[in-house]
Amino acid sequence: MASQNILNTPFLQEVGEIARFTGRFFREVTKPRQEWEEFINQCYFIGYKTFTLVGITAFIMGLVLTIQSRPTLVEFGADALLPSMVSVSLVREIAPVITALICAGKIGSGIGAELGSMRVTEQIDAMEVSGTNPFKYLVVTRVLASTIMVPVLSSLAIAISLYGGFLGANLKGDVSWALYWYQAYKALVFADFVPAIVKTIFFGFAIGIVGCYKGYTSKKGTEGVGRSATTAVIVASLLVFILDLIAVQVADVLGFT
Amino acid sequence: MCWVLPDTMESFESIIEVDKLNKSFGENHVLRNFSLSLKQGENLVILGKSGSGKSVLIKCVIRLIEPDTGKITILNHDISLLDQDEMDLLRADVGFLFQSNALYDSMTIRENLEFPLRRHWSKEEREAKAEAAVKEALEDVGLAHTIDMMPSELSGGMRKRIALARTIILQPKVILYDEPTTGLDPITGREISELMNRIQKKYNTASIIISHDMSCIKMTANRIIMLIEGRNYAEGTFENLIKNNDPKVRDFFEGL
Ligand SMILES: Nc1ncnc2c1ncn2[C@@H]1O[C@H](COP(=O)(O)OP(=O)(O)OP(=O)(O)O)[C@@H](O)[C@H]1O
Ligand SMILES: [Mg+2]
Repeated sequence: MASQNILNTPFLQEVGEIARFTGRFFREVTKPRQEWEEFINQCYFIGYKTFTLVGITAFIMGLVLTIQSRPTLVEFGADALLPSMVSVSLVREIAPVITALICAGKIGSGIGAELGSMRVTEQIDAMEVSGTNPFKYLVVTRVLASTIMVPVLSSLAIAISLYGGFLGANLKGDVSWALYWYQAYKALVFADFVPAIVKTIFFGFAIGIVGCYKGYTSKKGTEGVGRSATTAVIVASLLVFILDLIAVQVADVLGFT
Repeated sequence: MCWVLPDTMESFESIIEVDKLNKSFGENHVLRNFSLSLKQGENLVILGKSGSGKSVLIKCVIRLIEPDTGKITILNHDISLLDQDEMDLLRADVGFLFQSNALYDSMTIRENLEFPLRRHWSKEEREAKAEAAVKEALEDVGLAHTIDMMPSELSGGMRKRIALARTIILQPKVILYDEPTTGLDPITGREISELMNRIQKKYNTASIIISHDMSCIKMTANRIIMLIEGRNYAEGTFENLIKNNDPKVRDFFEGL
């Protein structure tokens, strides 16, 4: 009796539903006849819609992080280490996670609202009736596109944030262009990039799946569409943090430290 | 996979056969042993009040909703035995006009009409014939000039016609209309009814028409089934039913 109560909580039901939805994604993605054209459209759309926002935020993050780190380092007489410290934190953590959060907000809510309104206005049923598998056409393409584009956007964000760091280092101090990049790169090893990029693949997948799940299973009514969009953002952002936590542990175990 | 659905139109006794269909949502028994049979070239109207399960019924027919029990046969295929691919092929022969039109609002009218072709025509066929097919379907509904517009730029009546054009573009053998005139003014409603008759003559289709608009029913129906309490409550032509003395049937024809 008690175990039944635990299994019947809305939270666990939701987790189960998302797991089933993810299972369906993997079944459909391995079947023949994929919608490549729509996939390319979605990649372009996701990249184009979020690039400016990601770029500006990444630049500011790099700038602010550098400005804020300087006083502490100066206190220890270690301000020469500023570029190294900043580059490590930007590459390993800040740029990927900030990018993922922006994408959760922008892509997650966009997909949730779009598929949600298609659901309540019966457009998804209309696709089904016309012989096109709507899960493949709408869900598979969007999940794949976000899985690929979030890592791409993260890589760009890392690069842009390092430029922000250069500006930050030069606002109060004086670091030459060559010295900044020399120090920034010297602090980094290949092992810093691998977990950073690999985890963004999972971030992208989670954002796509949650947005699609919320939209695709949206309840009737315009209110349902709004709710799909907001809960998509909340759940996707939360998942980004949880996955980040897991990624840190896994990277540690695998020796990427 | 064309061998799955041989083109033997002439030999069908009935285009659609629904046998003892049951469907409930939780405690809500929507359909109870509902049966119908649609003959070739026939316009069958399903009449029933709002919430009686008319939309559920035709969504079961096109397999958007799984019925609890009962058998549905379309063009001699028991649809519960078809796999997804076979069902998709069969759907090319069955047009469905949604109550809400369900136009793809991120696509132009041209893209809306081309959408059903992408699954049923090869790329070469589409390149060769899609343009002409789209134009013909739009001319059938009298809206050729809207081809590059977006659905949001059209009025309600125009959207209904575009949805109808999208329904007929594959030249289906049977069309399912879900309340084609509801929410339109009487004049536009009459135009849509005329259009339905014209399309039926041109493409020689059979149709199931869900409606409670008496002027539409009068213009289009060959036969009427009254769906009351989930059952096939009464059946007949418009002239038969208007003389029926059963109070539940009379309610519909009050004041006519
Ligand atoms: N997906 C669903 N889940 C639960 N109940 C449903 C669902 N779809 C329909 N129903 C219920 O089935 C009943 C019949 O609905 P349906 O949409 O078929 O009515 P209708 O006859 O088409 O009415 P209207 O003329 O207003 O369109 C309603 O009581 C509705 O609440
Ligand atoms: Mg209805």
